[in-house]
Amino acid sequence: MRIALLGPMLLTVIGAATPLLLAALGEVVTERSGVLNLGVEGMMLAGAVLGFATVVASGSHLLGLLAAAAAGAALALVFAVLTLTLRANQVATGLALTIFGVGLSALVGAGFVGMPVAALPRLAVPGLSDLPGLGPLIFGQDVLVYLSLAMTIAVASFLSRRRSGLILRACGESDVAAHAIGYHVIRVRYVAVLFGGAMSGLGGAYLSLAATPMWIENMTAGRGWIALALVAFGSWRAWRICAGAYLFGGVTIVQLYVQGSGRLHVPSQIMSMLPYLATVALLTVIASGPWRSRLDAPACLGKPFSPSA
Amino acid sequence: MIGWRIERRYEVSRALLYSTPVLAVVLTLTMGIALFCGLGIDAWAALYYCFIAPFETLSSIGEVLIKAAPLSMMAVGLGIGFRANVWNIGAEGQLTLGAVAAGGVALLFWGHEGSFILPLMMLAGIAGGMLWAAIPAFLKARLNVNEILTSLMLTYVAGLLLSTLVYGPWKDPEGMNFPQSRMFSIWETAAPLIAGTRIHIGVPLAFVVALAAALLVERTLIGFAIKVAGLAPNAARYAGFHRDRVVWLAFLLSGGLAGLAGMLEVAGPIGQLVPVITPGYGFTAIIVAFLGRLNPIGIMAAGVLMALSYVGGENAQIAVGLPRAVTGMFQGLLLFFLLATDCLARYRIRWVGRVRHGSGT
Amino acid sequence: MSRMGLQIGAPPPMAPSGRQVPLLETQGLVKRFGALVANDRVDLAVHAGEVHALLGENGAGKSTLVKMLYGLLQPDAGHILWEGYPVVMTEPRYARQLGIGMVFQHFALFEAMTVAENIALGLDGSRRDTHALGTRIREISEHYGLVLDPGRHVYDLSVGERQRIEIVRCLLQAPRLLIMDEPTSVLTPQETERLFATLQQLAHEGCAILYISHKLEEIRALCDCATIMRAGKVVATCDPKSETARGLAHLMIGSEFRTAVRRAPRASSRQIGLEVAGLSLAPDSTYGTGLTEVSFAVAAGEILGIAGVAGNGQGELVAALSGERLAARDDQVWIAGQRAGRLGPTRRRALGLSVVPEERHGHGAVLELSLTDNVFLTGRARLPLVRRGFLQSGAARRFAAQVIASFGVQCAGPDAPAGSLSGGNLQKFIIGREILQQPGALVVAQPTWGLDAAAVATVQQSLIELAQNGCAVVIISQDLDELLALSDRLAVIHGGRLLAAQPTEALSVDAIGVMMGGVVGDKEVVP
Repeated sequence: MRIALLGPMLLTVIGAATPLLLAALGEVVTERSGVLNLGVEGMMLAGAVLGFATVVASGSHLLGLLAAAAAGAALALVFAVLTLTLRANQVATGLALTIFGVGLSALVGAGFVGMPVAALPRLAVPGLSDLPGLGPLIFGQDVLVYLSLAMTIAVASFLSRRRSGLILRACGESDVAAHAIGYHVIRVRYVAVLFGGAMSGLGGAYLSLAATPMWIENMTAGRGWIALALVAFGSWRAWRICAGAYLFGGVTIVQLYVQGSGRLHVPSQIMSMLPYLATVALLTVIASGPWRSRLDAPACLGKPFSPSA
Repeated sequence: MIGWRIERRYEVSRALLYSTPVLAVVLTLTMGIALFCGLGIDAWAALYYCFIAPFETLSSIGEVLIKAAPLSMMAVGLGIGFRANVWNIGAEGQLTLGAVAAGGVALLFWGHEGSFILPLMMLAGIAGGMLWAAIPAFLKARLNVNEILTSLMLTYVAGLLLSTLVYGPWKDPEGMNFPQSRMFSIWETAAPLIAGTRIHIGVPLAFVVALAAALLVERTLIGFAIKVAGLAPNAARYAGFHRDRVVWLAFLLSGGLAGLAGMLEVAGPIGQLVPVITPGYGFTAIIVAFLGRLNPIGIMAAGVLMALSYVGGENAQIAVGLPRAVTGMFQGLLLFFLLATDCLARYRIRWVGRVRHGSGT
Repeated sequence: MSRMGLQIGAPPPMAPSGRQVPLLETQGLVKRFGALVANDRVDLAVHAGEVHALLGENGAGKSTLVKMLYGLLQPDAGHILWEGYPVVMTEPRYARQLGIGMVFQHFALFEAMTVAENIALGLDGSRRDTHALGTRIREISEHYGLVLDPGRHVYDLSVGERQRIEIVRCLLQAPRLLIMDEPTSVLTPQETERLFATLQQLAHEGCAILYISHKLEEIRALCDCATIMRAGKVVATCDPKSETARGLAHLMIGSEFRTAVRRAPRASSRQIGLEVAGLSLAPDSTYGTGLTEVSFAVAAGEILGIAGVAGNGQGELVAALSGERLAARDDQVWIAGQRAGRLGPTRRRALGLSVVPEERHGHGAVLELSLTDNVFLTGRARLPLVRRGFLQSGAARRFAAQVIASFGVQCAGPDAPAGSLSGGNLQKFIIGREILQQPGALVVAQPTWGLDAAAVATVQQSLIELAQNGCAVVIISQDLDELLALSDRLAVIHGGRLLAAQPTEALSVDAIGVMMGGVVGDKEVVP
């Protein structure tokens, strides 16, 4: 493997990891509050299509990103109303969100297929960005990549240090106890779910505006589900999720490398299976290992909360 | 706390239980009409082409039924699993594997004659679906791995597997390099039973499956075990019902039925193996299961309704110019309304208390 | 609906003469839940520095009253006065602002978090400095003799230690009134004494204490003043030290308090109905307790009582006996002389074992199913309820009707959903379901928890009769009085170990309390 390939390979890793990381960070906050939102795929697609459409219509990337976050949050709001206020089953509602999001995004995006769009601009620091090798890697990324890393730090600090993070975790550990103390469990969960939606929307926007700047129907191709698996893989901790996301980027590399090198004659579809098989493998490994990671799941995850005074 | 309180009902009113799906459908339609009017589409024409026109000819009724059959069949299996809190989201993948297995048998015996081939394909389809469902079942039963994610991931894998085969070793040598297998012979096809339609054996089979499932759930011990497993896992263990067995049963049953549905699709309407077998029936079946309230008889009705949305939807798309993806969006919307109205049936909303201030009253 | 927060109005026109103004007073407080009047014009007055008991049976309305005092519920009518001024508290936060602290009966604690984090959650305002909080926690805990380490996780702590977290959390906010809801229901007698010392110290420092309990001797020992409630009304206010326990009980129950007659000791038969030998079990979760070398034998016709504070392995023991968890070897559990260690619940029932678990909701019964359906849960092994895989609903319904009739279960009929029954009636149904199957051995956990006096009497009587008919009975309970009244022999479970069973007459409450705390003879038993 030549050193000259290292740069592009790492760039690919970043490109594969960032959407997963953004969505997973949003979902971990949601899950830590005790809510399981399976609709990540739908929210990512909503963000992807709306972000894309907004950039095409207005030319402004900032507006596009805001729109993407808003789209994800809007779908998340529907989910929140159904599960938190109307006490609907969280699993079924999350699935409904995915099916709806896939269909809605296809509908909205029908007119945008094949349209060109300006990709998200990359950072250009004079001098630093041109350093050979590491230059473009560290100083030449687009804003969502830096955001994903900044959010990793922010979410990690929020969950472990801040009092508001403590309250969020309390709602996820024992909603009954948190309510007895006097916290508004439902309100906290609403905020957490909306945050998760906004982050998923941004993750989707990365796909349509940075990774491959175009809109294709169903372009997430299961990444939302992989992001969900990442949350469990990372034991609901931000830094481990970040590591997991980049690990997945590595899997993508293997896939591309094997296909590109031509040394192994494996059909491309088999290689495309790798991320999905890897997800199943890592879920199995977590579950069968004697690690305490199993026990880190928020105790109230998925259970609806009814405040009965 | 003061204000509205939502309380769980223990005695669910039957009237509400069966009317809420209807309410959900009405709400979805209303929303749809509003959406169409907003988009400048002739809403009433769309509704006509979608819901009325399909019943006008025998042939199109047949089309509705042959779509309703696999949906109902799968939904019945899934519904049993959902009752037990076993979430098989990978029905689409199990359907694909069933089709692959059946197709493999068909290609193996291609050129041969015999009425044994079709039943053998059925068995292969069931086995293929069961095999694919066994993976998440095993992981859940033994290691408590979340079955939603595993069954879903395997759906993508199954689709890629089919694609590999159809682009590669199983490609029709005389097919001008198109990614499809040979057309199945007359012995390998589920032939139309009624002239003028494409109704095949799958339709009456779906009916039988639904009745058998209803009997299973309501009258047998296994059905009781499934209900208890979903309602109160501790009570299920107390009663001596093994959680593992319920998980295996739920997965194998829904996997086998999905596989059978897959076999019927490729042996029936499609007639060969192609990269994409269904427009997401495995996921639509989930909606059908909820629409039918996880009850086999309700599921049959729900299956017809969803099939109508496919057939009628295509009609409307051609006639009125609707984009293709709108069907999926409506299905998701329907599930949303279902879940929302379900709250009415399961819970009761009450106004509790008002604050009386210090020296007043 | 608007959040009014804390509202303080003008003082009442006539200040009471003589005694100082009560710190907390309620006038005519009313609270209804649908047709049930939980509090019916309740008048209460608590003075500073006073230890005031709120006495009543389960269901008398005590919990409802204090929830209103803490801002968790709003009264439908009546006033709450703080230092003479009417107040309205829509949230616990406002109660805390006034200086009211509450220690709940069911702790509002987060298992996976540390002591300091739990306390921080219960405090208002943002305390960024966890280090300073840790120091303050240590100060307070030492001052009041409540030992606590801020860095430990809650799942590592015993029940008594967990209660200390709740108390310290309140004390950190310098309360002027401390409400304690049934604090000693989960403590050993020794821990209870330590708690009383703390409470007396607090009262001495000027804090008022509102102490809710139904334990008469404790109230007579600790409290200066008692308000007695029955069926939602205040029936008396008195000085408990000048009343007898019998007199207090009479006021509480309203009829002659019948002490359950201690069973006359009989020579029990030689036949062993249920035996456990060297049973060890690993805990099934991080927060559970395992079992270590548990051994006992119960003869036919004998009642063995197992006392113990909650969380010492009772749940695991019941699961191991019922077959929900299998033993390592088949000879570790014997039913009617047969090896049963590796058999599941249904096969054990076929051998004649019946089990009533502690939890009615979702374990002993499924609330969403009808009573008839609930019969299928345990009746399949001994009754002809299943034929060739099909359920025989008619037979199940007849059996359910029989249970309802024999045990006086108030319900709409055998097809009523189990969730529509009150706690007492559901428990009667569950126990009746098991007893009418004529088991050779019965294990029942917390048989009368949360039941009213009439239901308690029915249940206890039926257990006695069952034993008289030759069944081997094991009662696992936290209620020492119950165990002393019913059992022939008594054992204590602590930390997953069973401390040897002895004839009940030979034991005193003190001795049992000591065993419950883990001390046998002079040595501390380390689990």
